[in-house]
Amino acid sequence: MERKFVDGIKGTRILVVSFILGALVICMAFGFENEPQSVAQTKTPLNKDSIASVKAFQQVYRVLMSPRCMNCHPSGDIPLQGDDSHLHDMFPKRGVEGKGLLAMKCTNCHQPENTKGLHAPPGNPNWHLPPANMKMVFQGKTARQLAKQLVDPTQNGNKNMKMLIAHADDDLVKWGWAPGDGRTLPPLSHAEFKKQWLIWLNTGAYAPKK
Amino acid sequence: MIKLNINQKAHEIDADPEMPLLWAIRDLIGLTGTKYGCGVAQCGACVVHLEGEAVRSCVTKLKRAQGKQITTIEGLSENNDHPLQLAWNEVSVPQCGYCHSGQIMSAAVLLKEKPNPTDEDIDNAMAGNLCRCGTYPRIRQAIHMAAEMQKKGGV
Repeated sequence: MERKFVDGIKGTRILVVSFILGALVICMAFGFENEPQSVAQTKTPLNKDSIASVKAFQQVYRVLMSPRCMNCHPSGDIPLQGDDSHLHDMFPKRGVEGKGLLAMKCTNCHQPENTKGLHAPPGNPNWHLPPANMKMVFQGKTARQLAKQLVDPTQNGNKNMKMLIAHADDDLVKWGWAPGDGRTLPPLSHAEFKKQWLIWLNTGAYAPKK
Repeated sequence: MIKLNINQKAHEIDADPEMPLLWAIRDLIGLTGTKYGCGVAQCGACVVHLEGEAVRSCVTKLKRAQGKQITTIEGLSENNDHPLQLAWNEVSVPQCGYCHSGQIMSAAVLLKEKPNPTDEDIDNAMAGNLCRCGTYPRIRQAIHMAAEMQKKGGV
């Protein structure tokens, strides 16, 4: 009888401790360490997991900050160029639509495909920068800042969850993995990037602490 | 066969669609006012208009240009009397002259889109046209002069 009573108390203790520990983990994951992003408020069912989400974004961030992605998401109005992300020679400007301006429009030099040879213009049918009214800057952003920006429709080109998922297969995004002669590739393959991108979004699109 | 419309004249040439437009303009059609400079869209000597835009013909392939309106320096005006050509002459802009057909073709797009350009507009529009003789101050002066000519409507 007494043994059963002691066992009962032990069982209750284990249950209470387990509950507290569980609650603590949930608080750390969702409340303290990271913040769920606005895109998580869409109707798409999410399997929220802040730890997996942040871990995936760290990989995504490495790609987005590589020259093939960041060079067309500059902090100013002049695109960047080269693996050292210097200002584009000739200083072409963004223009209202992100397609250059006057006699310096992007497609005056950038063809629908890469021009062969070192230092020849890379190309894509849709070559452009983000527009002036939504510059979608990557350059200089921390992982936290970029994660929050990417899921904010007022800063990401009005993209919802579905559009963000589709964006991994955008033709101009995929150009980054076929950039033409003499340009290094992003640090992950496109398949691995897409995998990490989807993990990040589908686990709640959490922003890292920093 | 590739069909090109250059200076409002139809041409049909037997050429590889991958050939740069510049090659066709100069070597196959014989319009040599457009110059070869760098071959990689870095200098602007080869600028022509493709559907009104100042494209670099050294990297523009025939397959992109076929069926579209192309204008070279020879077709900018009927009697070399485009305001820019008159202003270029008035200011004596060129030194060696090699880059100036490209300079004028870029400036023509500028004046079409900004009939009264500021110095900043000129910088933005002309930054891709290099002049190793350094005639930039005279280029700026001539563009302003051409803008005035256009405004007065005399030419």
